[in-house]
Amino acid sequence: MELSGELVGEIRQVADNYPNARSAIMPALYLAQAQYQYLETDVLRAVAVTLDVPEIWVFELATFYTMYHTEPVGKYHIQLCTNVSCLLGKAEHLKQYMEERLQIETGETTEDGKFTLSKVECIGSCDKAPAMMVNQDYYENLDQVFVEQILDRLMVQSSSDQET
Amino acid sequence: MFEKIILKNMDHPQSHTLEAYVESGGYKALATMLQKYSPDELIEQVKQANLRGRGGAGFPTGLKWSFVPKNAENPPYLCCNADEGEPGTFKDRAIMEKDPHMMVEGMIIAAYAIGARTAYIYIRGEYELCIERVEKALEEAQAKHFLGKNILGSDFSLDVYIHRGAGAYICGEETALLESIEGRRAQPKLKPPFPAIKGLYDSPTVINNVETFACLPHIIERGANWFRDIGPEGSPGPKLFCLSGQVNKPGLYEAPMGITMREFIEDFGGGACSGKIKAVIPGGVSAPMFPESELDTKLDFESLAAAGSMLGSAGVIVLDDSACVVEVITRITEFFNHESCGKCTPCREGLDWCAKILRRLEEGEGTHEDLEHLDTLCPTIFGNSFCALGVGASWAVQSALKHFRPEFVQHIEQGKCPFH
Repeated sequence: MELSGELVGEIRQVADNYPNARSAIMPALYLAQAQYQYLETDVLRAVAVTLDVPEIWVFELATFYTMYHTEPVGKYHIQLCTNVSCLLGKAEHLKQYMEERLQIETGETTEDGKFTLSKVECIGSCDKAPAMMVNQDYYENLDQVFVEQILDRLMVQSSSDQET
Repeated sequence: MFEKIILKNMDHPQSHTLEAYVESGGYKALATMLQKYSPDELIEQVKQANLRGRGGAGFPTGLKWSFVPKNAENPPYLCCNADEGEPGTFKDRAIMEKDPHMMVEGMIIAAYAIGARTAYIYIRGEYELCIERVEKALEEAQAKHFLGKNILGSDFSLDVYIHRGAGAYICGEETALLESIEGRRAQPKLKPPFPAIKGLYDSPTVINNVETFACLPHIIERGANWFRDIGPEGSPGPKLFCLSGQVNKPGLYEAPMGITMREFIEDFGGGACSGKIKAVIPGGVSAPMFPESELDTKLDFESLAAAGSMLGSAGVIVLDDSACVVEVITRITEFFNHESCGKCTPCREGLDWCAKILRRLEEGEGTHEDLEHLDTLCPTIFGNSFCALGVGASWAVQSALKHFRPEFVQHIEQGKCPFH
């Protein structure tokens, strides 16, 4: 496969920030992920071609850094922090609640591809614990009622997306 | 009430804009510096101020800068470590979201001191708003000639770029951070050579923390002596503390160092939720915890080091008497095990063992032999890896075993977690 001309342009532009192409792999992976949702092998190969670097350089980064997804993730990626301050704020209860509500285990995606539930490490919201991110949006000072509202809203939002 | 320095603009609704920053006196230090100081004089000022790095290690900033060779073959680089990821820490996030120009001005000052013409800001990938705000701040600064070619008409030029992290805690370690900018897996390298001699792209490189940079404009504007007069002699200057856990008023607070943990938690945090503190982690989860009886220890680099812990990232986490220390230390160890980069065997294998043993103990399936295993395993990890990740992890476990051993024994004897 080939990357779109626009994406290639964006990758070339960010590569100008660095003295060599290897440094541009990380930003290039973000750009590709924004376009394709996740980084399948063909996309990784195409990034390597675009930057003219060995494929292994691209593969090793895509598999080392957790924010690159080499498997599909749900439309709404729920990332619940369970580190110490959130743990002390009973994040585990929220995890159980979401697992039951979404009928998936942590680390899984719902059958309709809408929700992925992940347990993540500290996201820097410790004073507003427990906290989670849905895609890039932060939700803080969570309790079960709040989480319920968030899920309700996302479910409505996702079904209206489907209709349009 | 003492004067807030780093957090002074936080309540301004537009504090992240150049306009608000300039209105509050921002970028005056940059102009002053270009008029008054040579790079060497500037390094001397920062040494005089005894500014110590706010990222975790507390290394003297001026001294770090002075290690950069003059007239090196490759031009030096400056890097900002904004890969805040130590659990319990959220101070750099606040600076970047609310007052990014304070950090940017500090970076320009530091670049001038070491002769860097290019700088990178390594921001953790999750901090989307920080990235947006810092990007905007760089654009604004460039438009006003605080950045770019011939800054404020001088012959000093600087380009600053953001490098977005992608979810690896280890990138907070400086050599791993540089590997990551170079487009490699973030695995720490053995030091020496130190980055100041051979760092990014094999060039001399200085890496400082966000809060360290934020201190610099104030040192220029108000002088080294003013800075030195704040807080204790060995740990001067304003400091941010992140307070979280089972405490009534968690939040980000600015205080001079030297305040005791007890004063800080009572006066700023309104005390523990249950009214009774069990333990306190003073500097992010790598820092060994203290029991209630030791809370009169002061929050500064030297006092905490002398007491067998560290100020670290100043992430103060409070455990009240409803918390289970075994559960907390299990979660901490699982975190470190997850974040170990896998390069050094003692850290990679040792932490996996530790995490499994601790989880067993927490679930009431551990034995007395498991405790003995932990006693021998931790010192095997400690000091036997390239970077400090395994050190911090094993140190934290040892502190829990030292102060709260009866709680581990309770789990073994009752065959369950007594707190659940």
